[in-house]
Formats: sequence, structure tokens, C-alpha cells
Amino acid sequence: MIDRIVKTMAEAMTGIADGAVVLLGGFGSVGQPQALIDGLIEQGARDLTVVANNAGSGGEGLAKLLALGRVRRIVCSYPRSPSSTVFEDLYKAGKIELELVPQGTLAERMRAAGAGVQAFFTPTAYGTKLAEGKEIREINGRNCVLEYALPGDVALIEAWQADRWGNLTYRRSGRNFNPVMATAAKLTIAQAQHIVELGALDPEAVVTPGIFVDRVIHVPYGDPPI
Amino acid sequence: MADSTLSTFTPLDRNGMAARLARDVPEGWYVNLGIGIPTLVADHVPLDREVIFHSENGVLGMGPAPAKEAIDPWLINAGKQLVTLRTGGCYVHHADSFAMIRGGHLDLCVLGAYQVAENGDIANWATSENDTAPAVGGAMDLAVGAKRLWVVMEHQTKDGRPRLVNHLSYPPTALGAVKRVYTNLAVLDVEARGFVVRDIVPGLSLAELQARSEAKLHLPA
Repeated sequence: MIDRIVKTMAEAMTGIADGAVVLLGGFGSVGQPQALIDGLIEQGARDLTVVANNAGSGGEGLAKLLALGRVRRIVCSYPRSPSSTVFEDLYKAGKIELELVPQGTLAERMRAAGAGVQAFFTPTAYGTKLAEGKEIREINGRNCVLEYALPGDVALIEAWQADRWGNLTYRRSGRNFNPVMATAAKLTIAQAQHIVELGALDPEAVVTPGIFVDRVIHVPYGDPPI
Repeated sequence: MADSTLSTFTPLDRNGMAARLARDVPEGWYVNLGIGIPTLVADHVPLDREVIFHSENGVLGMGPAPAKEAIDPWLINAGKQLVTLRTGGCYVHHADSFAMIRGGHLDLCVLGAYQVAENGDIANWATSENDTAPAVGGAMDLAVGAKRLWVVMEHQTKDGRPRLVNHLSYPPTALGAVKRVYTNLAVLDVEARGFVVRDIVPGLSLAELQARSEAKLHLPA
């Protein structure tokens, strides 16, 4: 019997190595796998590369992981927020590397990783600082930038419902990066608000099929902070 | 205004600029609005004109801010403000959301900017080399991906420098991308010959508008 549901956070975090590339779902605080980030903090892996749209805010979650000095490098599109002071301080002190990526290129690089596409050409960022040092080619009359796939060793994602095969649904704008990150990592770990019986999810409504999911842990925390 | 002329005119305020732009958005368009003044555009499109707003965090058919009793903490826009979903709207994941943007499926994107050059280059994401950590979000994808890019911005900086320039002095977001600019003083198309004035606030002359612009302004052919 396939059962991807794990009972403890320690079990969920097994095998995340030092130096891992960790994809973190969420856009702002919506759809962010807060409990899994806390689990990663507890688990202890260090020298991480984190891929996330934002660079954490306040003092919890990703901001805490950064403050503990566990992240060597962050890949994101929008590290600035009114309360992203942990990241800002580390960045100014030269204690963290930043790779800034346009948001659509970030999503597409992970989609490519999940689909076996090694690299692609896109017009986004042509002629800007974010294309410096990258191969440029004119394709169909448009100048394009070569971008490489961005695979993860681990993806930490948040879902709304999950069954024991790892089929997932999401909640409104909490979907965001989670499904694409699920496809792009060798090990995908989901926290889910609701665990349902196999067969309870409408097959037409499954957003992430269990083939992309390795472990699920039940975290019924309620609503994200407003 | 420290003008030597006798003319009197009233620049549009932020809502006035948004309302002016909203007049030109027809029913049926799929539209992405950037943060700031562009977000206000939605408030000026009447609900019976079916314009479908897209938010890059995966909301297609975004509606206005919710009433207090209808707040849903799972539903935010790209500016991380609480929003609603119109009847007929849906949710998609980030890669599909940006496929809508990058694949040319949006009819219009409206962005704010620091500068627009007469060849349509836009600067809207970074002002200097090393102030704070840079942040770009979806601006570069939106600028090159949508079918048309309109900019809404003040005609001049707070200290009176022109934003319609010959060449960008700030780092570009995209090259040759802007099709039209709405400012607090005028509406201008970006054509092969440069900025073409379509509309000026009442009481302001073309010469006075030119004096507030670095790039040469043209009259419609």
C-alpha cells in the first residue's frame, strides 16, 4: 500500500543534506509552508541554497532560517518588503549571496526542471542588468536570453487537501509557486491542512498528482496571518 | 507652479490619472495592473464593463478589495493586498500565470515607471547601483510579454526633472516596450518618431508640456 503520509516532522525532514538546494513555496505569507520551514530549522541542515519568491519577513520562518546563518545563497525575484530586515542586514554585510531572477523566469526555470527541459530562451530581461553575462540569441526576430533550468534537491510546499498517494489541492492564491516547485525537486515534502481518504478528491480537481510528491504531513494550522 | 506664463491648469491627481487611463480600456481585455497608481485603474472600470484583471500570483478575474465581513486571508494580489474573485474568475499556479504574461495572452499591462525614453525603453525597478538589495518581481516579464504596455506616472520627478527622456539614466526594465504613457499632464503614444501627444490637461500648452519633458514631443500626423 502506498502511504506517503508521515506522522512526525523529524520523519518528514529525513535526508535533507547540508548544501541542499531548497525550493520554498508561497507568495508573501499565503501558501508558505511555515511548519516545514520550522522543521528544517530544527533538522539542522546548513549551507543551503533557498529558492523562494521573497526573502522572508518579520523574524519567523525563512527570516529565522536566514538569521541562524543556515543559508549561503538565495534565489528570488523580490527580496524587498517592509519587514525583510533580516535579509537586508545579511545582504549589506555580505553574508548572503543573492541571485535576482525575474518572477516569470523563476517560475519557468522550475517548470523546465520539472519537465526535463535543460534550458530555454526568453525575451524577458534582454538588455537589462539581469541578462549580463548570459548568452543572447535572436530568435524569430526577438532578442532572447538563455536561462537554465532550476532543479531543487528538496521542495517544501503547502497544500490544502492531500490523500495518501500525495495527490494535492490548494487554497485560492495559496497555490502560487507550490505546484511548479513540486515538479522540480528530487524530494518533495508537502504540509497539508486536510488529509482525506484516497478517492475523496475529485480527479478533475487534483492540481498536483502524487507522482510529484514524496511525503505529506498533516498541519491543520488554519488561516494565514492577514 | 513657478510659471512665467499666465496659463492656469490643474494636473490630474493619482485617481484622475487612473480614471483617464481606465476610459481607454475596452470590454473583453485581459489586464495586469502594477503596484501603485496602476492598481487604482481597476476602481475606475465600471463592473458592467467586463474587463478581466490578472494578478501574477495566480488570480485571473480579480475583483476589488473585500468588505470587512468578506475578508478571505487566502486571497491576495501581487501587492499582497486582500482582494476578491469575480464570478467567472479562477486560480492558476505561478508558471501558468506567467505563461499568460510571457506568452502574449494579456491585452494590456499597466506599470508605473521612473523614466520612459522616446524609443519606448522603460526603467521602473532600480534607481541606483547599490542602495539596498535589488528587487524586480514580475516587471521584466510583464514589460515584454503583454500585447501592449502602458505606463502611468507623474510627468516630472518631485524635484522637477523630466521623466520623458531621450535616453534612460536608470537601469532598464525592458527595451522598446512602452506603447503609451499617461501622466498627470498628458497622454502620449510612443511611435517610431518618438512621443506623440494625444491629450493635454485643459489650460496647458504644448510648449509648456515640452518644457517639462526632455524628449522631443510631436503632434499627431
